[in-house]
Amino acid sequence: MKIDVALRETFDAEVELGAGLSRTGERHKAEQDLFHLTHTLRGWCDVHAQRLVAEAQRFGVDLEVESASPGRDQGLVAQTHEKGSEFVGQRAEPALLLLRDLRELHLAAARASLAWTALAQGAQAISDSDLLSTVSACHPETVRTMRWTVQRVKDVSPQAFAS
Amino acid sequence: MAEGEHLGKGHVDRGMPDWRSGYRNAVHDAITNPWGERTPYARAGEWPSRVDAHLEPGTNSDEVERWVPTASILHSNGDGLDIAVQEERMVGVRGRADSRVNRGRLGPKDLFGWQANASPDRLRRPLVRRGGELVETDWDTAMETMVGRSKELLDQQGPSAFGIYTTGQLFLEEYYTLAVIGRAGLRTNHIDGNTRLCTATAAEALKETFACDGQPGSYADVDHCEVLFLVGHNVAETQVTLWARMLDRLEGPDPPKLIVVDPRPTEPSRRADVHLAVRSGTNLALLNAVLHELIATDRVEHDFVEAHTVSYGELEQGVREATPEWAAGVCGVPPEQIREAAHILGSHERILSTCLQGVYQSPQATAAAVQVNNVNLLRGALGKPGAGILQMNGQPTAQNTRECGANGDLPAFRNWANDAHVAELAELWNLEPSTIPHYGPPTHAMQIFRFAEEGSVRFLWISATNPAVSLPDLARIRSILSDERLFVVVQDLFLTETAELADLVLPAATWGEKEGTFTNADRTVHHSDKAVEPPGEARSDLDIMLDYARRMDFRDKDGAPLIKWDDPESAFRAWQACTAGRPCDYTGLSYEKLRAGGETQWPCNERFPDGRERLYTAADFYADPDYCESYGKDLITGTSAEPDEYRALNPEGKAIIKAAEYLPPPEPPGEGYPLRLNTGRTVFHFHTRTKTGRAPQLQEAAPDVWVELSEADAREAEVGEGDTVDVVSPRGRVRAPVRVTGIRPGVVFLPFHYGYWDADGGGDRAANELTITDWDPASKQPLFKTAACRVERVGGATGPAPAPHVGASRGLEEQRAH
Repeated sequence: MKIDVALRETFDAEVELGAGLSRTGERHKAEQDLFHLTHTLRGWCDVHAQRLVAEAQRFGVDLEVESASPGRDQGLVAQTHEKGSEFVGQRAEPALLLLRDLRELHLAAARASLAWTALAQGAQAISDSDLLSTVSACHPETVRTMRWTVQRVKDVSPQAFAS
Repeated sequence: MAEGEHLGKGHVDRGMPDWRSGYRNAVHDAITNPWGERTPYARAGEWPSRVDAHLEPGTNSDEVERWVPTASILHSNGDGLDIAVQEERMVGVRGRADSRVNRGRLGPKDLFGWQANASPDRLRRPLVRRGGELVETDWDTAMETMVGRSKELLDQQGPSAFGIYTTGQLFLEEYYTLAVIGRAGLRTNHIDGNTRLCTATAAEALKETFACDGQPGSYADVDHCEVLFLVGHNVAETQVTLWARMLDRLEGPDPPKLIVVDPRPTEPSRRADVHLAVRSGTNLALLNAVLHELIATDRVEHDFVEAHTVSYGELEQGVREATPEWAAGVCGVPPEQIREAAHILGSHERILSTCLQGVYQSPQATAAAVQVNNVNLLRGALGKPGAGILQMNGQPTAQNTRECGANGDLPAFRNWANDAHVAELAELWNLEPSTIPHYGPPTHAMQIFRFAEEGSVRFLWISATNPAVSLPDLARIRSILSDERLFVVVQDLFLTETAELADLVLPAATWGEKEGTFTNADRTVHHSDKAVEPPGEARSDLDIMLDYARRMDFRDKDGAPLIKWDDPESAFRAWQACTAGRPCDYTGLSYEKLRAGGETQWPCNERFPDGRERLYTAADFYADPDYCESYGKDLITGTSAEPDEYRALNPEGKAIIKAAEYLPPPEPPGEGYPLRLNTGRTVFHFHTRTKTGRAPQLQEAAPDVWVELSEADAREAEVGEGDTVDVVSPRGRVRAPVRVTGIRPGVVFLPFHYGYWDADGGGDRAANELTITDWDPASKQPLFKTAACRVERVGGATGPAPAPHVGASRGLEEQRAH
């Protein structure tokens, strides 16, 4: 049984997505609603990662939870990013940078979503209903995050390209 | 206090008033008791009329030459009233006994606010910025400046350079004209109103639950209800005569139960059977617990839910964990109170639920407003007398901003994501559908300002609103409006804080000086006639817009002028054509009919020739996938649902039951900022006091900013009544004297009305110096009612705080004596 592989892949994808959300929020702090919403969505990733850690323990696997602590990274680098984003808040190029970051976020969310899909299939194959219920609780949120990235690209691109 | 002639409060008359009787100096009355004497009535009875009036000193009612019919313009209630005219001047007002809205009653803002029209500091000539200064100019120069800059930017950048930011205080004809200019003339997607700040969540909550805007209920539901459920709605101060109606029910036989959700001690909360004084920003947690309790005790009308709704299962699952005990911890109210509220709601059928800014300007606004809709859906309390929902508005004509497509939607509740709806507009305007921007949701106000901040919106046309005081985080807003890259046009009555930052200021005529129609929060359409001439060279907003369109030479696809109307009545007819077959159908109305018969509720058409009192009486929703205004959004992320997704969810066009999980506010109280800031309003002022601050009686009743603190928080800050404090948030500070009230501990309240036009100095009086830039993901309404703050003592008292002595700001001592 190699379900631990699927657990690790999903875990890694969620941790990466969470980090990407925080990074994007900090880089684009002038988009203040995005800044706050990425915080909420990052919170989903953290919960997902914690649940995966708990599931993995049942299979004797120890997943690293280095990035899964709740709350925003307030390190020096993050603060520098925030200040920098406030400074560039009055220029138009950040819209193009934001589009680039949203594309990366979308790909990270898609990777995580696909990992959840595979994990769900695996959970069914090994008839593990607890694992399946974790997937059912978490995967829809990852999909919502992914769809949000598409919405945001739709919202941002007209002005970014037409102006 | 002025000795005005005033028909006494408590004068009860079913017909027109007898002007010879009942006079007394009631100026004092309307300030100390805005709701007047009681005229109690029983359930399902007729609300008695009571005519309130105020004439300026030295004027007798028998000398009034003309009474010009209109409705109130300083709140959203839409009270029918007449303007008294003598020697071509406004000399007073009186309520209309035949108005279904107020039956003759008027609140203090209506009784006194009209005086602002004749203020000596009205703008009389256009102003243009020359060498950094605003200087007077003539209309031709002003309009050519505006048109010249517009054409330059159209050439250089195209439609994306243009933002239009309007209001909830113009007339329907003006919004529709502005929407056509913006969407079909300039072809920009960036049109919104300050209605984004007051009513966007009402619209969005209705679009989420019923897939279409449109107020389900009617004010007449007050006459029939068994339960009044007021959520974040301090109706006594926002809609004076509606509260008078509720009070008359409460004091009559068979009164309704009253449940109030509000962190402040309001007039309604003092009368409530259950007062849930939640922490600011926790409405959703409370409402989820109420729904949890309704489901847990099986007070759900399953037949109704089964027949007329979809997605009940989502809610059942979504609130499973939201027990009263859990919510009690989040909201800071006892679990027994939550159970008691749910019990009352669960044991009555005729429930009238209402929401206003306590919901709309708080975090998770749409999600919370939708849960109020869900309470009524679960109880089957919809479309029957006394059983309904009123998602309220904050401004008098906000409903029209929404309808006409000037508030981030396409005209007549058309769906921007439905190509067939866009094609209808294209046919109506004789354009190619591709020329009407609909590639995404129309840009909301906060995003328009963001585009201006980054420099991609370079022309901002602001009409009848004052963002330099009313938007959150004012330091940021002032910096945007002052940016040299942005050309700002302001159309207003006075040199507001915003106008002072403009490149071009256009003097506008206002209510009573121009003709038009407008619609209140319960779909009542009023015709408002011109009573007097505007001052100086001021022109109606419609004339300014039509002039701009003419000079810009906007054309349809056959080369004819795009705007095919030239006065209010022809604009109204164009609007009627736009509404044909849509939910807000105006085709059965006309100026003639509105003048003769007075007010009418839409829809008014062949099927409802006298209007329709309640929508959805037969669960006949506007939610069909091909007809609906919106496919709905994710309440947490704001992502729009795809058309196919909506069709699969709701093929038969039922009501949609949506759930959402509670999230902590974006800026929770914490170290350095231990308190929650709540901003709001008083009964005596409207918006940024542009008018009410110029009406002596209103100004005297609430002359300057104050801050409300609980006894515990005042003690903590070592201050008492009248002491001066600084309220400090991460964005700024406001200096104000303290009023100690029964507000819940941990919550600090500041009125948002006070800006700088009549202040000594500037920068520390407007509540929005402190508020945060963030907005609801679905409705995009900014958050005004939650930010972290602290209170610092500055100095001792020289007298009591300049806060009103009625309503929510009544002091604790006065309350105890009361």
